Amino acid sequence: MPVNYFPAEFEVLRNYDKCIQCRACERQCANEVHWYDADFGKMLSHDEKCVDCQRCVSICPTSALKIRPNENAFRKSANYTQPLMTEAYRQAGTGSVLLSSMGTPKDYPVYWDKILLNASQVTNPPIDPLREPMETRVFLGKKPTKMKFDKNGELDLSLEPSLTLNVPIMFSAMSYGSISKNAHESLARAAEELGTYYNTGEGGLHKDFYKFGANTIVQVASGRFGVHKDYLNAGAAIEIKMGQGAKPGIGGHLPGEKIKEDVAHTRMIPRGTDAISPAPHHDIYSIEDLRQLIFSVKEATEYKKPVIVKIAAVHNVAAIASGVARSGADIIAIDGFRGGTGAAPTRIRDNVGIPIELALAAVDGRLRHEGIRNEVSIVAAGSIRCSSDAVKAIALGADAVYIATPALLAMGCHLCRSCHTGKCNWGIATQNPELVKRLNPDIAYHRLVNLVTAWNHEIQEIMGGMGINSIEALRGNRLMLRGIGLTEKELQILGILHAGE
Amino acid sequence: MKYEYVIVGNSAAAAGCIEGIRENDKKGSIAVISDEKYHIYSRPLISYKLKGDVTEKQMNYRPTDFYKVNKVETMLGKRAVSVDSKTKEVSLESGEKIGYEKLLIATGSKPFVPPMDGLDSVKNKFSFMKMDDVKGIEKVVKKGAKVLIIGAGLIGLKAAEALEHYDCEMTVVDLADRILPSILDKQTSGIMQKHIEERGVKFILGTSAKKFEKNKAVLANGEEISFDILITAVGVRPNTELAESAGAKVERGILTDRKQACKGVKNIWAAGDCTVSDDITTGTAHIIAIMPNAHEQGLVAGRNMAGAKAVYENAFPMNAIGFFGLHIITAGAYSGDCYEEIDGGNVKKLYSSGNKLNGFILMGEKIARAGIYTALIRERTDLTTVDWELLKQAPQLAAFAKEKRYEILSKGA
Amino acid sequence: MKKVYVNEERCLGCHLCEFYCAFANSGETEMFRAFRLGRDAKPKIRVEDKINFAVQCRHCDDPLCMKNCIAGAISKVDGVVKIDREKCVGCFTCVLSCPYGCIAPDKDGHSATKCELCTQNGGSPACVQNCINGAIVYEERGEA
Repeated sequence: MPVNYFPAEFEVLRNYDKCIQCRACERQCANEVHWYDADFGKMLSHDEKCVDCQRCVSICPTSALKIRPNENAFRKSANYTQPLMTEAYRQAGTGSVLLSSMGTPKDYPVYWDKILLNASQVTNPPIDPLREPMETRVFLGKKPTKMKFDKNGELDLSLEPSLTLNVPIMFSAMSYGSISKNAHESLARAAEELGTYYNTGEGGLHKDFYKFGANTIVQVASGRFGVHKDYLNAGAAIEIKMGQGAKPGIGGHLPGEKIKEDVAHTRMIPRGTDAISPAPHHDIYSIEDLRQLIFSVKEATEYKKPVIVKIAAVHNVAAIASGVARSGADIIAIDGFRGGTGAAPTRIRDNVGIPIELALAAVDGRLRHEGIRNEVSIVAAGSIRCSSDAVKAIALGADAVYIATPALLAMGCHLCRSCHTGKCNWGIATQNPELVKRLNPDIAYHRLVNLVTAWNHEIQEIMGGMGINSIEALRGNRLMLRGIGLTEKELQILGILHAGE
Repeated sequence: MKYEYVIVGNSAAAAGCIEGIRENDKKGSIAVISDEKYHIYSRPLISYKLKGDVTEKQMNYRPTDFYKVNKVETMLGKRAVSVDSKTKEVSLESGEKIGYEKLLIATGSKPFVPPMDGLDSVKNKFSFMKMDDVKGIEKVVKKGAKVLIIGAGLIGLKAAEALEHYDCEMTVVDLADRILPSILDKQTSGIMQKHIEERGVKFILGTSAKKFEKNKAVLANGEEISFDILITAVGVRPNTELAESAGAKVERGILTDRKQACKGVKNIWAAGDCTVSDDITTGTAHIIAIMPNAHEQGLVAGRNMAGAKAVYENAFPMNAIGFFGLHIITAGAYSGDCYEEIDGGNVKKLYSSGNKLNGFILMGEKIARAGIYTALIRERTDLTTVDWELLKQAPQLAAFAKEKRYEILSKGA
Repeated sequence: MKKVYVNEERCLGCHLCEFYCAFANSGETEMFRAFRLGRDAKPKIRVEDKINFAVQCRHCDDPLCMKNCIAGAISKVDGVVKIDREKCVGCFTCVLSCPYGCIAPDKDGHSATKCELCTQNGGSPACVQNCINGAIVYEERGEA
């Protein structure tokens, strides 16, 4: 047996008093962790194959299973931690770039958790959302900055194309290919019922989902997969993806084995070929080039649809956003570095970009300062984890937020961060038909609707507490925020006061 | 007295007939005539009664309020002796005459006892078909009694199984060289014989009882067997006399059309063990003396008698029975190619030809889901439309086309 | 009338319905008790493995098992085909008759057992309640 440089990451604990040997764990584990040993008359496990997706734990009818981190420890070092050592062993074995999925697990500051919200007392009293109307509807797009009159002197009431959201929450881009058809169907149906939008990502739009077009944002990314005139016209808005928070500055790579018949057809590429999205758009090297693309898609859709430009939160995000706002985009989506991904090089995911809180505050501040804030709406993305994160994002200047990881959680994802293996036991990040089956859209869509509905209730509750009855009145209202445990510099960038001030 | 419907016989066919009539005619008067005085009971359950598994009440084939609910008048303990199809009357032994508009003859069968010298001198001799047979045996049987059973068929062996309960010393004699020839082939009857022998039953096969000297039998091979109780279970003969008196066509049994109407007479139907059925697995006409067949024939007859249209066109033999804990399920004809799996008492033999399943023998654990095979016979399913290789391994719906499964599992009813 | 229907497209072949069914019919209060302690509860639903789907009694309109039962032990009450265990003698003519293979010898081998839609266990079928993917439903469906 070769030297095993690093031990299994997890340990499967089975309570043999409770185990009834139904073998559901075995049947439901695509990683083949569990097996039944007929000679021993016992269920056993290959711990080293376990990714801690919790599928077996979740379905075990007698709650006989537990997965816990392997307690086996390398000699402790605060500098060379066990994960770092393990990664070195792994790479020494494979010679490959480390791949990871979902958002970075590293212990970077989460500014949402260092910002507190205000509530009204005595004067400007709180509002009870159960008794009084509470508006969470949001319009995304250019806002008129001045009144216009036609040649007869009548007021011109026409508006730029916009999106109407019943809730200030949209599902952010996840491509068909990175996630399953059933996952896409669930998102699409949920968006329709909620009166919001989901986003195709760069995988094109499956023919079965054109019927959800009114609630679909179609994405155009550097690979231009699945982009054609009908596709552009199918959606309610078009998103040009310049970057992604989890992997700024690099492209994407969907391996050929995930390009099955349907995915190939939707992406308009041969079956079995790798789908490689280049790092840059090869026709965009300047804001002017971006403007050309924006107007190309506007031309193709007869100026009826707003165009979103999605950028990753990087060091000079404010200046970039300013350029984008001037390029003709209707909406800017900013994706923070803690955001998720179906697959990214680990070192990029864990080390490139900046947090969404700082980027959002900087962009909002810069656009206001330049007097062009009304030219664009801002959508914040990249780890909006709960309703209070969404409220804080809006108070920091966002018009709405994109969520993806919480949507995946609603569908069953347990953040095992193994999407890149294609063996998602929850039927979400996989194209294996036997696994895709596990996500029943009838159930998943309902859970998505529940999640967003619950968040919206909470948002209304928080707004009511602040004495605010319209989400528009919360946008950029940084007086509703106070920092805690933050430095002067951080408070300055966020544009908020410290608690107690 | 005159009735809209008269039924002679009071077993499975009669029950089916009453149910078939009442589906279509809630009012018409119904009379049931039977020479037995009991509430409708299941004949095959007599062995379970002897064994002590069921009480007399539990033997009821239909609930105690069956006649009342279905508005049936009963004439129990009365024997019908003849039918006049012109005057539409049934004559009873008592001399009474019962008029009918429509008549069902469901007279069943009687035990056939071959002529054997000295049989009259035997004390405690019984057939094993009716309630009174088992009541008679119960009166005389004692623990450890010596029992001689003539006939190693279903009835004889069921009696043997029941009497094991009394620790009887049992000997079974049959002229045939193997047991259960009506439902098992040579190989499987050997397996069953061994199983039963292990339980202490002695078989003397290929010979017959030549004569009896009181309670001692002298066999054709010279062997002598003394016994306390004699059970004769050599075979049965259909009760066709009543049909013949009415002028109905009778061959080996009463002949009917597919609506169960008797041939040669009007307004008379027949069902059950007294009739001949067209066996879809052999293409021949013969008596299929099994309860499911009797009930279905009775049901079809009843529906037609009440004016509805019904036909019975998929008769074939089938049996589910167990002896001393070893179960057998068989159906159809044992002809064509045979696929077999044999593992001790667990046996599967499937007989097919021309892409049709003709019959099967299943024993022990292999009886599971047998009905899926039975349905292939009943529906004469073309085996090229199913995954036959998969079905051979185990009866399963996965072997059927998706549309068929959808029909079974998902379609609304 | 309400029936249990199985959607083959959704069935994962996890076999959990079998275990929940057996547990529901075991009379035990804890699932592990139903299967440990040498009790080996038996399910009345079965999942076929080749193509995954669960099969249980269709509660036919014209049940062959009921018509063929030699003991008169099978009846249809309020749409549910039931076996009277007091009357059943375990001849298994019903096993012979059921075209869907949905009746099985009980674990003692002396009587037959089948799905009775959990009418004895609180009404709502355990297979439906516990299916992890909503593949088994209990609903009214009209003529298709």
